[in-house]
Amino acid sequence: MLDRIAYLWPELTLFITAIVVIFLGTSKDKDFRRISHWVAGIGIFIAMALGTITPTVEGSLFPGLAVYAKPMICLIGIILLLGMGSIDTHLEADIKSGKRIFDPLDNSRGEFMAFFLLSLIGLMLTTVAEDLIWLFLALELTSLPTYVMVAASRRRSCGHESSVKYFYLGALAAAFFLYGFAMLYGATGSLHLVEIRAAFIEQSAASPTGSINPIGLLGLILAFVGVAYKIAAFPMHFYAADVYEGAATPVSAFLAFVPKAAGFIVIMLLMGTILGLHNGDSVGVWPAAIHDILWIIAVITMVIGNTLALLQKRVKRILAYSSIAHSGYMMIGIIAGPGVAVLHGGDIADSLTTNGFAAVLFYIMAYGIMNIGAFMVLACLEDRGEEIETLDDLAGIARSHPWLGVMMAICCMSLLGLPPLVGFFGKMYLFSSGIAAGEIVLVVIAGLNSAVSAWYYLKLAGLPWLVKPTTRSERMVHTPYIGRRVAAALSAIGVIVLIFAASSLMEASNRASQIRTPDVIADTILNSASDEIEVLEVTDESNTDNGIIQKSSG
Amino acid sequence: MELLILLVLPLLTAASVVFGPKANARMIALLGTSLTFVWGVVVCGMFDFHNAADMQLTAAWDWIPAFGLRFSLGVDGVSMLLILMTVFLMPLTILGSFTAVESRQKEFFAWLCVLQTAMLGVFMARDLIVFYTCFEFTLIPMYVLIAVFGSANRAKASTVFFLYTFTGSILTLAGLIYVAWYHWQLNGIWTFDIAALTQTASHMDASMQAWILLALCCGLAVKVPLFPVHTWLPLAHTEAPTAGSVVLAAVLLKLGTYGMFRFALPMCPIAISQYAPWLAVLCIIGIIYGALICWVQTDVKKLIAYSSVSHLGFCILGLVALNTIGISGSVTYMLNHGLSTGALFLCVGMIYERYHTRAMDDYSGLSRVMPIWATFTVFFIMSSVGLPGLNGFIGEFLSVVGAFVSGTTMDGQVTPGTLGPWFAVVAGFGMILAAIYLLYFAGRVIFGPLKLPDMHHDDDAHATPKLPRDLNMREIAVLTPIAIACVVLGVQPGLMLDPIQQPIERIVDTIHEANIQHAQMMMIGESDMVMTDQGSQDQTELADTTMTGGAH
Repeated sequence: MLDRIAYLWPELTLFITAIVVIFLGTSKDKDFRRISHWVAGIGIFIAMALGTITPTVEGSLFPGLAVYAKPMICLIGIILLLGMGSIDTHLEADIKSGKRIFDPLDNSRGEFMAFFLLSLIGLMLTTVAEDLIWLFLALELTSLPTYVMVAASRRRSCGHESSVKYFYLGALAAAFFLYGFAMLYGATGSLHLVEIRAAFIEQSAASPTGSINPIGLLGLILAFVGVAYKIAAFPMHFYAADVYEGAATPVSAFLAFVPKAAGFIVIMLLMGTILGLHNGDSVGVWPAAIHDILWIIAVITMVIGNTLALLQKRVKRILAYSSIAHSGYMMIGIIAGPGVAVLHGGDIADSLTTNGFAAVLFYIMAYGIMNIGAFMVLACLEDRGEEIETLDDLAGIARSHPWLGVMMAICCMSLLGLPPLVGFFGKMYLFSSGIAAGEIVLVVIAGLNSAVSAWYYLKLAGLPWLVKPTTRSERMVHTPYIGRRVAAALSAIGVIVLIFAASSLMEASNRASQIRTPDVIADTILNSASDEIEVLEVTDESNTDNGIIQKSSG
Repeated sequence: MELLILLVLPLLTAASVVFGPKANARMIALLGTSLTFVWGVVVCGMFDFHNAADMQLTAAWDWIPAFGLRFSLGVDGVSMLLILMTVFLMPLTILGSFTAVESRQKEFFAWLCVLQTAMLGVFMARDLIVFYTCFEFTLIPMYVLIAVFGSANRAKASTVFFLYTFTGSILTLAGLIYVAWYHWQLNGIWTFDIAALTQTASHMDASMQAWILLALCCGLAVKVPLFPVHTWLPLAHTEAPTAGSVVLAAVLLKLGTYGMFRFALPMCPIAISQYAPWLAVLCIIGIIYGALICWVQTDVKKLIAYSSVSHLGFCILGLVALNTIGISGSVTYMLNHGLSTGALFLCVGMIYERYHTRAMDDYSGLSRVMPIWATFTVFFIMSSVGLPGLNGFIGEFLSVVGAFVSGTTMDGQVTPGTLGPWFAVVAGFGMILAAIYLLYFAGRVIFGPLKLPDMHHDDDAHATPKLPRDLNMREIAVLTPIAIACVVLGVQPGLMLDPIQQPIERIVDTIHEANIQHAQMMMIGESDMVMTDQGSQDQTELADTTMTGGAH
């Protein structure tokens, strides 16, 4: 138990902070309530510092994952925290003037920050998960606080409506998820991810066609459908637009990043269990059934996201559908898998460009930053306490708020993937891993989809500059929360800085996605070493064959 | 380093325009771009024209080492000339639009300077991603120039322009990444170096090259624009402000042809030989179709826009002739089209600034009231038509001759290429049409009875800029250097032809060798072929065609 604590210090810090914040936030004294944000911020900072010195997690499938993910999560967490706004100013004013007495139950912002921190803890815990129980708990810890956050974020009933929608669908997804886990357990006799992987490899070695227990396969697919909810992918994407629209904008930004990142990490862990199977009925590195399902989900997710985003009039719905589309792009990386070099213990640096998992890890962080930037710009403005809703509200706002217009343009162009902004490198990384895995059709579909997305991103970036202001957009003023402006600025700066820092982030994400070749399965691999080598040689030969043809033709 | 300075100078100009005083924005922009021009001439002086085929003045910085992505710059003879044209036209364009824009001047000039950097970057790039980045980044300034400063239908025009180009080029990106991955498979090194990838791609087998060619054409043909994907161009041209049209016609379209020259030819030598006739057919459709539309056009700017479609058809026709004559013609055509069409757009812009209408029916006999303007316009029309002695002639002539001799035998020698006389004959018909529509335009607008548009804007202070009836000194100063350049290049075409000779010969040799090797491979494959599947017959035919196209 103690050895686990060694890499759980960031989570522990955040947990203690969350406890402190919940007391501070519901305190009767206004000053205590006010400092609860600062305490939360300091907590995240300490967690980030501790996260950078986290040791690798030996029991996990991806030992280096936490080292990469935790500091990045904390970094984005700080930007999100800045954007959350402070304690409800109207309420505080009422309490101060005596119109209303202080009621900890009514002061929604009090526990809000604590839930925010708890959700971050859940996300960080997924990165160190070693077994299915842990994975499930971590994933639920990520989601449960978000239901409350959505409901508490707005005074209007639409917040409650989206919270309820979000909660029921979330519960359904969790059921799928658990059902899948039960099947995985049934098929392999273990809850431990590394052991599940060993069992699958054993099964595929024993089977003449290299296949694994079909119940295990079904379990994986069910679990995947459950996680599809977190990443807002088809077939569990329906909630996204309604929930994002109903929640307050900073919370929408939170929903677009935190559960999605958790979802992709869980997908990586689940898919990691069927890596290195014996090539039988498989496409690339995956069993054919899994590959085909993922492929179809990826395509439908992108197409649905982009085409529905075209039809929207409300800004947050556009961003919600575009977030679905981005999940589709990231699926390319999952389908591409971690590349051949990773599986067969090649040089880590060599694997970088073909490593789809690393591309996903890179993209999710890049996406987090640029997407939060776009949401934060929206959150910066209000008209008599009401947020920006329709595209018309955005028209011409750059005339009075030029810097917000600049930030919006930068973030949207980056989301579109216009070079040299970071979104372009993310797409390039995903595309190169996809092409390396032979998924050229998928990459072309994704390319066409990004072309479709140009239409609405161009609108979002251009409306503030090119169109005459409407009556409502003229009334838009800054919200009293200065932190949101800082958050938007930080995101835009991050997008620019990552043009130059993309290289190191890519290397870090590549290190993070190196799958463990554990002692547990060393024996299994040894037993079937001959097959493995054969497989290797076949791929080598096919490469050199190509080479010979090329050279002789050259 | 020299090139980096050239690249950064316009950016610095843009920054000074933005942060400088508002009243002097245009002067700062003019000064900055003039400085860029001077530096461009200095760089040209440093360029060693005896080794014009080699990349010179190279510089490189690591960007993303793991992807082999380097910010590497360099120029050869062809790109040097295109860079010169860009830096030469830019100050004139800015001088020409001193009074064209009244509000948001700072933005206007700053974006023009940013656009210049992006265009220069395309010509300098030695790395695919740097090329792609600059190629794509031209979209943003141009989008803003059209969307903010354009005329009535600007919102649609700018969006169509952006979406069209973006869609095409994202498929190009997929193709380029595929080449990079292929290179990685063979050599174990991931790189985006243009030279290395060109080498690799040219050794791919024919069907793969065909796919790469298709991917490249998706992005580049839109930019050129080739026939079926040209529809964005007239829209963008008509709605753009004068400076935007000039830059669009003179330089931005050349990004497409330059990309074809730099990538499509050397990367897919076998495929381009096979598909050259198809591309040529598209070119010829574009030439004739564009010319016919020009004939019936009543909108002055649209007329010149469609004439660009027609002219760029010649440019690509020369390129896919795949012999030294044709490609030389094509590259000179790029420069000459930039000068004469750019100048024509400037002339039209000067009229538009005075009368605020583009309809040809509103004008007639302008030579009576604007003799200086009429002189210049007729001069540039002549240059555009290809009057011998002016610059337009040489490029058009060489392109068509290149297509004519392509693949034909003369004195026992086969000229490389897969086109033939028929292509040249039909395209030559387009030359006649060009003369017809441009002279028709000149006859209606410049000569004939005097008719001026109703100046119902007269009382409106906005609409009547303080311009004299005929050109003022500033406008004459804009057009004179271009006219001089036209004459000089017309009389001394060697100034253009000499520097581009070596790079073009190198490319022609590459294509030639690749085709010979391909044909040999096919022969070997044929003799070895024990299996008698249906593919063998196709392959023999293939070998025959490539042999006739390839052997000396």
